[in-house]
Amino acid sequence: MKIGVRIMPKNEVLDSQGRAVERTLKQNKKAFAEKLKGCRVGKYVLLEVDEADKSKAIARATEIAEFVLYNPLTETYEIEVLS
Amino acid sequence: MIGVVRFLGTNCDQDVFEAVHQVGLKPKWVWHQDHFDRKDFDALIIPGGFSYGDYLRCGALAARSPVMQSVSEAAKAGVPVLGICNGFQILCEAQLLPGALLKNNTLRFKDDWVDLKIVNSNARFGGAGLKKAHLPIAHGEGRYYLEQDQVKQLFDDEQVWCVYEKNPNGSLENIAGVMNDKHNVAALMPHPERAMAEFMGGEDGRRFFESLLT
Repeated sequence: MKIGVRIMPKNEVLDSQGRAVERTLKQNKKAFAEKLKGCRVGKYVLLEVDEADKSKAIARATEIAEFVLYNPLTETYEIEVLS
Repeated sequence: MIGVVRFLGTNCDQDVFEAVHQVGLKPKWVWHQDHFDRKDFDALIIPGGFSYGDYLRCGALAARSPVMQSVSEAAKAGVPVLGICNGFQILCEAQLLPGALLKNNTLRFKDDWVDLKIVNSNARFGGAGLKKAHLPIAHGEGRYYLEQDQVKQLFDDEQVWCVYEKNPNGSLENIAGVMNDKHNVAALMPHPERAMAEFMGGEDGRRFFESLLT
C-alpha cells in the first residue's frame, strides 16, 4: 500500500526556506506580490508498505513517521493513503 | 581514551582527531555501525560535517544509527560527550540535548569567526572559569530553537553553555551551545578544532580539548 507523509514546519517556527521562496516570487511578478499571502516549505515522503489492510498500513506509516520522519519540536505531519 | 565518532559525511573528524592528539590525549575512531562498552572511553566527541548529507533533517539519520545507542548509554552513565556543529545537531536529534537546530534566518551558510560568552562554564568542557572564546563557525543550520515556555527553564537549570556576542544565525537568545541536565553532554555550533594555534587565527579551541580529562 502506498502512503504519503506530509511534513510541515510548525506555524510558530520561522520557516526561512518558505520566506526565501516567497520573497523570490514576490520580486518577480506583480501579481504574485499582490496575491501571494504566504508560503511555507515542507516535505513529502512516499512510503510503500507491505500491508494489505488499510488500518495496519496506516499504523505502520505512523510508526515510521514518529521514528524519524518528523521532529515533534519543530514540525507536524499528516498521513494519507494513496493506493 | 577519547572516542571520535564518524558517520558517513562527517568531515571534521581528522581535525578533531588531530586536536585531541595535540593536547596530549589519545583519540580512537568509533565507526557509526559500531557498538562499544562505555568503559572503553573517558570521553566521546561527535565532530562536525554533513552526516548523511543532511538528508531529511540535519543530524536525524545519524542520531538513529547503531553507534548512538552506545553513545546514549555512555551519556546516561556519566561519560562526557562533546558535540561540535553537526555533532550538536545529532545530539539534539538523539534527544541527549534539548532543542533543535534550524536553517539560519539569514538564509546563508555562515563562515566566520565569532566571539562567545560562556554563560555556565564547566570543568570538562572548556574548563571551570572560562569566560569567553574566539572561535570559527561554519554552518547553514545553526539557529537554536526551543519552545518559548522552556527557555527560562534552560537558563534556570544552567544548561545554557555559551552564547554569541553578536547573533550570526537568528539563534534563540543568542544560544551557541547547551548542556544536558546532568552537565555531562555539551555541544556548540562553533569549531574549537579549527582554532588550535595562532596561525589558524587563534588558539582558544585548545582548552575545549585539554579540559576533557580534567
